Amino acid sequence: MKQDGLKEAIGWEGGDCANIPLSIYTDREVYERELERLFYNGHWCYLGLEEEIPNPGDFKRTVIGERSVIVVRDKSGAINGFENLCAHRKMKFCRARDGNVGEFVCPYHQWIYDLQGNLRGVPYQRGLRQDGKLSGGMPSDFKREENGLRKLKIATRGGVIFGSFDQDVESFEDYLGEEVLRYFDRIFDGRKLVILGYNKQRIPSNWKLMMENIKDPYHAGLLHTWFVTFGLWRADNKMRLLMDPTKRHAVMAGTRSVQQAQAELVSGVTSFKADMALNDPSQIDIVHEEWWGEYTATMMTLFPSVIIQQQVNSLSTRHIQPSGPNAFDFVWTHFGFEDDDEEMHARRLKQANLFGPSGYVSADDGEVLEFSQEGFSANPSDRMIALMGGRGTEEANVIASENLIRGMYKYWREVMEV
Amino acid sequence: MPDNFELNRIAQLYASYERAINQREFEAWVDLFSSEPYYRITARENFEKNLPLSTLVLSSKGMMKDRAYGITQTIFHDPYHQRNITGLPFVSSVEDSASGKGRLVQCEANFSAFRTKLDKLSEVFCVGRYFDEIVEEDGALKFAKRVCVIDSEMIPNAIIYPI
Ligand SMILES: [Fe+2]
Repeated sequence: MKQDGLKEAIGWEGGDCANIPLSIYTDREVYERELERLFYNGHWCYLGLEEEIPNPGDFKRTVIGERSVIVVRDKSGAINGFENLCAHRKMKFCRARDGNVGEFVCPYHQWIYDLQGNLRGVPYQRGLRQDGKLSGGMPSDFKREENGLRKLKIATRGGVIFGSFDQDVESFEDYLGEEVLRYFDRIFDGRKLVILGYNKQRIPSNWKLMMENIKDPYHAGLLHTWFVTFGLWRADNKMRLLMDPTKRHAVMAGTRSVQQAQAELVSGVTSFKADMALNDPSQIDIVHEEWWGEYTATMMTLFPSVIIQQQVNSLSTRHIQPSGPNAFDFVWTHFGFEDDDEEMHARRLKQANLFGPSGYVSADDGEVLEFSQEGFSANPSDRMIALMGGRGTEEANVIASENLIRGMYKYWREVMEV
Repeated sequence: MPDNFELNRIAQLYASYERAINQREFEAWVDLFSSEPYYRITARENFEKNLPLSTLVLSSKGMMKDRAYGITQTIFHDPYHQRNITGLPFVSSVEDSASGKGRLVQCEANFSAFRTKLDKLSEVFCVGRYFDEIVEEDGALKFAKRVCVIDSEMIPNAIIYPI
């Protein structure tokens, strides 16, 4: 189908970003175009943290969109990335999740690649000697240097690794924009990171819903009892909802409320439990860290592939790995800093109970995303409403706004041309 | 090695645990732990790499009670039935505990958990291995520690109930 056909099929009028057609979450053609235009071209995607591959030869396998990629530290200490796809028979050759190697060998025909992704060895390239003459092998015009692995452009900043299949992509700094970059640097300011561990969940919903979830301050103070009741994310929080100039990325920065919730803010909010007290209050033993500044939480959506969470003392990256229009894998990497003392280390681990597939304020996000997708699948020609805070896409500072979601769709519509 | 009587008691503890979570009797679940309990669910990858992160970690009786409350009162989730099936305990050691309060049994067992959502087919929810420490308190065996290491690292959306 021609591009115009897709635009027509979706039928999203004018500059509207507030009445979102549900087919953009369920349609295969939309999804294929997203992979092409958002994940494989023009954007930086999250690959991991430098501390995951600290030594020469260390590698990890991850994905960009649906493509398997390898990130590796070479002998010089530089980080390289390439697709996990043998140049020969296009086999996804690397099966280990991580490890330490001197080179990569595709087991099928033993083609050998170095840690820069260059093709170093092709068995019987010059053929085999039989009855005194060479026969078989590769034609003489086959050049190893032209048949390496598909390389990624790599950017690292503050210990975080991003990659792009697009060699012409703008610099990572320009990609984030000055203001979002400042919030990125607030966390990744050069301190050495410590990997605490991983959680993985498969969420049966379109990947964009997770981006929307973390651009949606409105739900967080309603769905999540722990947030509302303990003031971590509530209507009376001081809040700033900002975007980069393209509006694809966003930061929700908030300052927790330590006072009791005012009655009019929580009356009728069933998730607010006025008399709820924890049997073990150490679970919300929050200690203000100096580098936070005035905000106690910053939730960053770096379009299209990652969410970076600082919610009080808990820090994580959340990697979005799409798998068809109706599902994505969500991979959480929790981290701390090398200079954390023992108490802070323990505190970060304990507060991790709020997050992840079983978390007090996250398990329910996965659930509502699944149920949303169920609604969409049965009604692809219907639309949803994102009108909180009006129809505009400007910065906002109240919980009752969906400006960031509309901002993302303003950008999405431009790039997707629909 | 444990004698038959002790093995029976461990098996009875396992069965009580299974019953409590399968029947969603979360207070009974909390009661199967000792006064200083440790309960952890973690991905096999974390366990094998010695990474400290858990999917869920409860290191006090209070935290366990808060989880029981969370399951029923604070975490919005799809209703589902869970069916945990635990294998036989492999007892790796029995020793007199340092405090002199009786014996400490270390054992392991395989488990599988099935999930059945309303109007949906039953599915394998997660499989893995328990690493347990069992003590005697007030004449009853209790878990001092239960670590659930899950092979099924890719969790089908959310884990709400204990495993
Ligand atoms: Fe949420």
